[in-house]
Formats: sequence, structure tokens, C-alpha cells
Amino acid sequence: MRPALRLYSIRQKLTAMNMLVSGAALLLACTAFASYELRTFRESIVRNISIQAQIAGANSASALVFNDPEAARVTLSALSAAPYILSAGIYTEQGDQFATWSRTPQTNEVPVRQEPISSAETHVFTSDRLILVRVVQFQNKKLGIVRIESDLAEIKDRLFGFAGIVLAVLLMSLLAAFAFSSIFQKTTARPIAQLAETARVVSRDKAYDVRAPLTTNAAEIVVLIRAFNQMLEQIELRDTALKAAREELEIRVIKRTAQLEAVNRELESFTYSVAHDLRAPLRHIQGFIDALMEDAAPNLTPQAHTYLSRIIESTRRMDQLISDLLALAQVGRQELNLKITDLTPLVQNVVRDLALEAGDRHIDWRIGKLPVVPCDPGLMKLVFQNLLANSMKYTRPRDPAIIEVGQTPSNGEQVIFVRDNGVGFNMKYAHKLFGVFERLHRREDFEGTGVGLATVQRIIHKHGGKIWAEAEVDRGATFYIVIGTTLEPAPAGTIPALANSESA
Amino acid sequence: MTMHRPAEILLVEDDPNDVELTLRALRNANSSLCVEVARDGEEALDYLLRRGQWRDRSADHFPSFVLLDLKLPKIDGLQVLRQIKTATATAPIPIVVLTSSGEHRDIAESYRLGANSYVQKPVDITEFRSTIRAIADYWLNVSQPSHPLPKPRPERSGAWPA
Repeated sequence: MRPALRLYSIRQKLTAMNMLVSGAALLLACTAFASYELRTFRESIVRNISIQAQIAGANSASALVFNDPEAARVTLSALSAAPYILSAGIYTEQGDQFATWSRTPQTNEVPVRQEPISSAETHVFTSDRLILVRVVQFQNKKLGIVRIESDLAEIKDRLFGFAGIVLAVLLMSLLAAFAFSSIFQKTTARPIAQLAETARVVSRDKAYDVRAPLTTNAAEIVVLIRAFNQMLEQIELRDTALKAAREELEIRVIKRTAQLEAVNRELESFTYSVAHDLRAPLRHIQGFIDALMEDAAPNLTPQAHTYLSRIIESTRRMDQLISDLLALAQVGRQELNLKITDLTPLVQNVVRDLALEAGDRHIDWRIGKLPVVPCDPGLMKLVFQNLLANSMKYTRPRDPAIIEVGQTPSNGEQVIFVRDNGVGFNMKYAHKLFGVFERLHRREDFEGTGVGLATVQRIIHKHGGKIWAEAEVDRGATFYIVIGTTLEPAPAGTIPALANSESA
Repeated sequence: MTMHRPAEILLVEDDPNDVELTLRALRNANSSLCVEVARDGEEALDYLLRRGQWRDRSADHFPSFVLLDLKLPKIDGLQVLRQIKTATATAPIPIVVLTSSGEHRDIAESYRLGANSYVQKPVDITEFRSTIRAIADYWLNVSQPSHPLPKPRPERSGAWPA
């Protein structure tokens, strides 16, 4: 991440900009003015000194002519009236010192004239002095040279005064700029700040119904605020549409779900009542044939007797079909009642019950260790009842019959298997195995309604699991089950009470 | 009470086939039984509460027990059951619900309303007959201990494999 930048508000930036611009402009103007002033002032000093030099020269001409240095000195001393003149001197044409005057008596020494004279008058500015040299003429005859040295303190004083004024003006203008920018930011910075605040509220609260207030006449900002508000309007429209669509979708899902549930309930109750109503006529058929056989027994031929028995057998079979269908419907309707269940005793109980029906058949039951899983123990019992009863049925020709239940890991899942050495089936028909009323064997060979495995599959699917089978004709069949239900693994010692498989 | 009268029971059943078969099974179980048949819930209540056509029925006895179907025209079985068990006079009469429904809520509701027994009609006629016999034996015995017990009859061996 980039380090957080120091952020400045537009108001601050605008104020700073205003002050910088006005300060810079003022400074430039003052500088220009000062340099102009300086030049003018220097010119005026030069002119002033030049006049002094002319006067001094003119007054000393006779002294030079008559070689009277004293008179010349008196003339020079008159220069003391000009406050900035430090010293003055008059030199002969040859360059010799004729008369000098100095404001400070201690430094009586007046420097020797070194400046060349290229014209009638020459001046030189040093760092703190102005030195002006002028030729003294009389009747177009060069008599000598006047040299005046003047202090520049006056310029300095003036410059300082000037700088003071500039500083004061600058300060005042900056203050004024600050004040003005505070006023002007109302029309420039504040609308932008408000816009920013609005944007912040929108992004924080997802409130698309707020609008940025239009409180300025600055064209670009007005455009910006209008565009922003239009954008908000668009977003609000879309947001509303989106919400409406979502709500509609939810309502539709709820409706559809309710419809499906209603259809499902209707279907289940239809199955159930059909199954019930189908049984009444069966009961009547059986009842009246029974009555017929009882009352008319002496008049019945053995053939008639056989037919009546067959009718009764058929009604029994139909009753069985209906019972199985009812069980299947029941499985569909039933809510899963998941409990952590140890499948080993559950299967052992099923085997114990089935073994009672085995009569004198020789069956080798091999029940291995089975997992403890979350499942509906009642339904899971039904699964093993069906699978093991199937195994018993299809191993009838075997002596001994071997029926094995165990678990094996496969692809990271615990797979429970039920294996027998029965007659098996052709894998070609494996897809029909779990269909309702589908049978892979002739009824003369093996009884059954073809509902048992459909029930088993439905139970396993209800658990979110899967079931499949492998078989080979005359070599036996194996059914594999993966129970899909998972509960959060309970820490050791806090496992909820194991479902008592007896109560299932 | 009814010591010297033949035992009387009330069969509430709308299906004539079921009426016929139940009567036959009851006769088989106890030939001296007197069975009154009500074809719907209203008739059953009229009989027990002496209303309508039964207004003049002698008031000194009630049936030994009632065999009550649940699916009935007019007033359904559960309603009948509730009314029998809320009326002080009829509340002690044993009610045996005999129905084709094996629905959990029917069973639970019947017992909640005070049914003394709930029996699902078996489809198999042999089972049906033995069930009816067991009901008759038990409830005649329990409700009328002074009544001579029906002679135990050997189970009739049917002409078909049991």
C-alpha cells in the first residue's frame, strides 16, 4: 500500500493559491517599482552632486587662476551644507592636490584622484560611495578638476523605508487576499465540499435518494453537481428496479416453492389415500370368497376351489404391492430424524430378526464393523431390512449362503457394502434395479413387488447419499452405500446419546 | 345391568361390504351377539344419545362396545368419538376404532379423544376374522365380566394355506 498522502481541502488550496498569486504579483510589482525608484534616485543624486561640483568648480576657478588654495578650501567647505557629501577636493590640471575638504576632520586625508577623466564629468558608484569628478573650465580653458565623494546612505535609508512600505503593503494584501478567498470560497470551494460530502454519504449509506445542493454559479461546478445528481438519479432508478426485481424474484421463488410443496403434499396424500382406498375392495374380495368357500364348499368342484384360492392369492399379492407403495410414499413424506447412530448393532438386530425367518437354511452371516454415522435410524433399519432380505431371497439356492456386511474406504469415502453369493444379476439391467415395480427375476423364481430397492434408494437419496450395485450372474451381488449426511464432528466425550437402534 | 340379555354391540360402518363381512366375523366369533348397525356418524350418535328414530329406545342399557369406522358420511368418526367421550352418559362405553387408516395422526387423535382401542382393518380375511374375534372376546370380557364368556372355538382351518 502507498503511504497515505497528506490531504488538503480545496478551501485551503484555494486560499494558499490566492495568497501566493497576490503575494507574488505584489512582490514583482514592488520590485519593479523599487528598481525604477532606485534608478531615478541615483540619477537625482548624481545630478545634485553634479550641480554642487559645478558650483564648487565655478567658485574655485578664480582661486585656481590666482593660485589661492585657501579660497578654494573655503569654497569647498560650503559643501558641508549638503548632508551626504563626505569629502571634496580640487586638483590642478596636472593632477596635484590644490585644496580639500572633509566632513570628518580626523580623516583629513582626501584620497588622491585616480579616476580617469574621459569627458567634462564622470561619476563612479562604489559599494557605498558615489564619486563624481568634474573638469573646472574658465573661458574654455581647463583649469583643474573638482572631485566630490558622496555617501550613499541616503539611498539605503530610502530603500529601507521603501522595503518597509512594501512589507506592510504585502502583509495587508495577503490579509486582504485571505479575507477575499474566504468570501469567494463560498461560491467555489464550499459547493465542491458539499458535493464531496454528498458523495461520501452516498457511498457510506447507499442512500441514492440524496442530492448535492446547487449553491454556486460557477459554471464548471454547476455542471459537475448537475452531472453528479443525474448520475445519482440513474443509480437510484436502477437500484429501485434492481430491488423490485429481486423482491419479485423472491416472491416468485416463494410462490413456486409453495406450489411445489403443495403439489408434493397432494401427490403424497394422493398416493396414500389411493393405497388405502385400493385396499378396501381387496378386503371385500377376500372376505366374500372366504364366505363363498365356507358356505358353498360342498358344491364347489376342486377346479373352482383352486380358482378361488388363486383369486385370494392375487388379492394378497396386490395387498403386498400396496403395502410396499405405502412404505415408499411414507419414506417420501417422512422428515429425516437424524441421530448419531452406530450401524453395527442396528444391522445385527436386523439380521437377528431375519435369521428367524430363515428356517433350517444354512446362512453364513458375516457382519463386520460398521461406522457410526448421522442418519435416521428408523429409515436406515428399513434399508438394511430390504437389502438383507433381498440377499436372503437370492441366495436361496446356495448352501451355505454367505451374506456379508462391512465397510471399505473408496475415494476418501466410507462405503458400506452388502454382499452375497446369490444368483446375482446381469449388469446390463443394473439401471432398472432401483425402479419402482422393476424386477430382474421371474416371479416364479423369486417373489417380490419391485418396490423394496426403490424404497432403499429413496431413503439413501433423502440422506444425500448414493447407492449402487455390482453383480455377476450366478456369482452374487454387492450393494454399495455412501451415507451423505454429515454432522459437525463432536469432540470426544461429548457425542450425543447414540440412537438406540432397538427403538427404531 | 344386562346380565340376562344377549350382549349388544354397535357397529358404525358405512360400507355395506364391510358391514356384511364384519357381521359375519362377529357371528363367527360369538353367535349370540346382538349387533346394531349405524350407517353414518349421525345415526350412531342418535342411537347412543337416544335421538331421532331412537328416541324411544329403552334407556336401561348401552352397547357393550362400539366398533367405529373413521371415514363416515355426515359426521366423521373422530367427531362421533369426541361426542361420545364428552357426553357423561356415553363416556364409559368402550370405543374400538376399526378403520383402514394406519395414519399416525388418526391413531394419535383417536387415542387423544379417548378411544379405548385402535385397530387397523387387516386386508387378509383370515387375519381380519381373528382380529374381530379378539376384539369381541376382549371387550365383552372386560366390559361385562358377569356375561358368560363365549366358548373358545377352534380356529377354523381355511381352505387356503394360511
